[in-house]
Amino acid sequence: MPDWIIRGARLLGANPTDLFIVGGELVDSAPIGAQVLDADGLIALPGLVDLHTHLREPGREDAETVETGTLAAALGGFTAVHAMANTEPVADVAGVVEQVWRLGVEAGHCDVHPVGAVTVGLRGEQLAELGAMADSAARVRVFSDDGHCVHDPLLMRRALEYVKAFDGVVAQHAQDPRLTEGAQMNEGAQSARLGLAGWPAVAEEAVIARDCLLAAHVGSRVHFCHVSTAGSVEIVRWAKRKGWNVTAEVTPHHLLLSDDVVASYDPVFKVNPPLRSSEDVEALRDALADGTIDAVATDHAPHALEDKETEWAAAAFGMTGLETALSVVAAAMVETGRLDWSGVADRMSVRPARIGRLTAQGQPLLPGAPANLVLVDPSARVVVDPSTSASRSRNTPYAGRELPARVVATFLRGRPTVLDGKPA
Amino acid sequence: MTTPATTLPQHLLSAGDLSREGALLILDTAEELARVADRPIKKLPTLRGRTVVNLFFEDSTRTRTSFEVAAKRLSADVINFSAKGSSVSKGESLKDTALTLEAMGADAVVCRHGASGAPHRLANWIRGSVVNAGDGTHEHPTQALLDAYTMRNRLGRIEQLRVAIVGDVLHSRVARSNVLLLSTLGAEVTVVAPPTLLPVGVEHWPCAVSYDLDGVLPKSDVVMMLRVQRERMYGGFFPTTREYSRRYGLDARRMATLPDDAIVMHPGPMNRGVEIAAEVADSVRSTIVEQVANGVSVRMAVLYLLLGGAYPDEIARSAHDFAGASVA
Amino acid sequence: MSVHPPARPPQRPVTGDPAAARTVLDAADVGRALTRIAHEIVERNHGAGDVVILGIPTRGVSLAQRIGARVSAIEADGAGGDASPGLPIGSVDVTMYRDDLRLRGVRALESTDIPADGIDGKVVVLVDDVLFSGRTVRAALDALSDLGRPRAVQLAVLVDRGHRELPIRADYVGKNIPTSLTETVHVLLDETDGRDAVLLGPADLERRDAR
Repeated sequence: MPDWIIRGARLLGANPTDLFIVGGELVDSAPIGAQVLDADGLIALPGLVDLHTHLREPGREDAETVETGTLAAALGGFTAVHAMANTEPVADVAGVVEQVWRLGVEAGHCDVHPVGAVTVGLRGEQLAELGAMADSAARVRVFSDDGHCVHDPLLMRRALEYVKAFDGVVAQHAQDPRLTEGAQMNEGAQSARLGLAGWPAVAEEAVIARDCLLAAHVGSRVHFCHVSTAGSVEIVRWAKRKGWNVTAEVTPHHLLLSDDVVASYDPVFKVNPPLRSSEDVEALRDALADGTIDAVATDHAPHALEDKETEWAAAAFGMTGLETALSVVAAAMVETGRLDWSGVADRMSVRPARIGRLTAQGQPLLPGAPANLVLVDPSARVVVDPSTSASRSRNTPYAGRELPARVVATFLRGRPTVLDGKPA
Repeated sequence: MTTPATTLPQHLLSAGDLSREGALLILDTAEELARVADRPIKKLPTLRGRTVVNLFFEDSTRTRTSFEVAAKRLSADVINFSAKGSSVSKGESLKDTALTLEAMGADAVVCRHGASGAPHRLANWIRGSVVNAGDGTHEHPTQALLDAYTMRNRLGRIEQLRVAIVGDVLHSRVARSNVLLLSTLGAEVTVVAPPTLLPVGVEHWPCAVSYDLDGVLPKSDVVMMLRVQRERMYGGFFPTTREYSRRYGLDARRMATLPDDAIVMHPGPMNRGVEIAAEVADSVRSTIVEQVANGVSVRMAVLYLLLGGAYPDEIARSAHDFAGASVA
Repeated sequence: MSVHPPARPPQRPVTGDPAAARTVLDAADVGRALTRIAHEIVERNHGAGDVVILGIPTRGVSLAQRIGARVSAIEADGAGGDASPGLPIGSVDVTMYRDDLRLRGVRALESTDIPADGIDGKVVVLVDDVLFSGRTVRAALDALSDLGRPRAVQLAVLVDRGHRELPIRADYVGKNIPTSLTETVHVLLDETDGRDAVLLGPADLERRDAR
């Protein structure tokens, strides 16, 4: 594997410096005969870590595969992604998580860390073999029934207790099923006008409140997927103030889009949790800025064309997001002055790595650290064109929209996966 | 300069898309066209050569027939495309249906669908005009237009008319369209329902809200009763139909508390005995029968105004040939 | 993303600036012409017993009212001062029967008001302000045929400016004004424009034909 000299990169947005890569690690002196990358004007961040991605393989390879999904991830600046368990078959046994992990290794675009299901078949009735998945080659540490809520309080309690044995964490998809039966979009003035069944904020907030209390009671940590409302933010803030081990993530789209866009009835905007009000968007931005929300996680949800090009009620929930995540965060947080690049590194790499217990990711870019890094051009502006996406699916809500910042290069353990914005 | 062509949007998807001028234009045009029903020859040649497709994903003989009669009275070709059973569940998607209609050369598609927003999606995929004949729980603009027409016909005006809309507002597309259109036309609207049947966000609507039917009736010039489905009982919206009727049903006793000239309307089909008593439905105050006739006139007006002139591309082509026309 | 054409552009009729036009008939001339037409109608039809006067909107309606009033007065005089039973006067809107609907954005409808006894077996006198290509009258004839079966249809116009495109001729003409296609005729009436006059002036857009 060739050595690299990265010249004049602004580390976390600070003054330009040189980075040297030898044998997959950062070193403190320039190697001889190395490849040189001119990083003038570029910002260097630790490789991004996504706590929440849907790679769809096994089962829905028409929408995405581990190969295409991880390539999209690398182009978005990610060096590690957590692949959610709602595949077909569900990733609720060691065999499936190992298969997904191996596919990631073979594809080689970024590290794939499979998420194990909390309950068998995501049915919410019986705990899956969490220990076996933790011990497998995939070394699962994050468990989630994402797509479904673990709504039985007793089962959630047991899961929170059980994962303590291997330092695992339950990532809850907070959605009370009874309050959201048939729900299509955020419940509010827009849903009343558009005649779409409403998804009340309380359906998310009530579950978050309950699980913060449960986690505190049993002395466990808990993580909340895709937090989307101002009320959820307040509850998480309250729990953290009490010293409870609660973490939370937010998606890029919930930082940028409000439910006003649903007026077109275009299902590209249909997502779970739904886009919320502009007040919620503001509260989420504030929470990510002050650290109440720990991480940005894409919830990249690719869907085949026929599942999105239809009337709203019949469309699938979800948006793609790996390739646009950094640009959306730049638009919502950096350009608005709420977060600097050092903060972006913290929320998109350092903290997600810590939550996922990934020791080789999210490390400070200092000699001795693994060379997982991304080079970003902060001044670039790109118009999003879904037809050029590396993802197999086209359901991005940003089609035709101009976004700031562009990933120029991504390095995975010293090997470039992306150079000049294209697969290396 | 505004002309009829610029007063109306290309599609009729929501009553909220109509300006006051546009809505009045439709009503005035309908009034003129209503006379066609009294002639021996109930036909006008105006839409000859235009194709109107009735795309009904939901059963509705009444509305579909109304549009069919309206289109035929204007000499348009009518194609009835009943997509029930060939909808998404059977594999032919809304988009595929749209492409088929394009191939048929549909100038207008009258679309009724069970999903809110389906006509909006359709409008993206076809060249012609889309007329929303009822989408999910969203809107039913031509119903609101014929309701407004009926009010104006019976009571001589709409401005400052006190209108009470009573019933399952939460699930009613008729309610949404009526609230929007009536407020555009200057009426004072009050929605009356149990709290469970009012949407979160109704406080932002251009209408007043009340839970008390008896308090609202003596101050209403028009009472519009909405259909209430018995199945709502199982969603916890009200305990029993008996309790619903007792608190929100329009019976003869309540009808007697109305002002002398007040009228009672219902978009149909009625649940006699639930939201409306038989003797009320059959009383002289009731406009239920004339609403049906008015529906044809209003739909003729809509089809004429959307299809009766040139499309923008036709205007562009003909602009080369001459410098516009005037009466001569 | 919608693939639809933008909102329809407004179309305006060909006009000219009335200020640049010269007066061909003044108010008195108009009155005299209408009086003469009324006499001719009564003479030609041997009295107005079977006559129904229908104006073509917009200005044809005002003219029909005026001609109708004069005919009634003539009949009353002829009957020794007894007021004749009301001469049926109405209007027939031709918008729905025009042959050029697809050349412009959609037009608002005017009113069709047929007197109570209808037109079957009657002599219908159509009234319009200007006779030009003849297409409006053709449309009016089509409208009439859907409304009943008159015994005869006659045409009265205030101005005949020539350039017929169809075999249509007027029975009663207020004034023949030969014009070129670069000119336009303005008919002003008290009911719609505040004064009576017929003006001839330049058209602001050249016509290729008499539409």
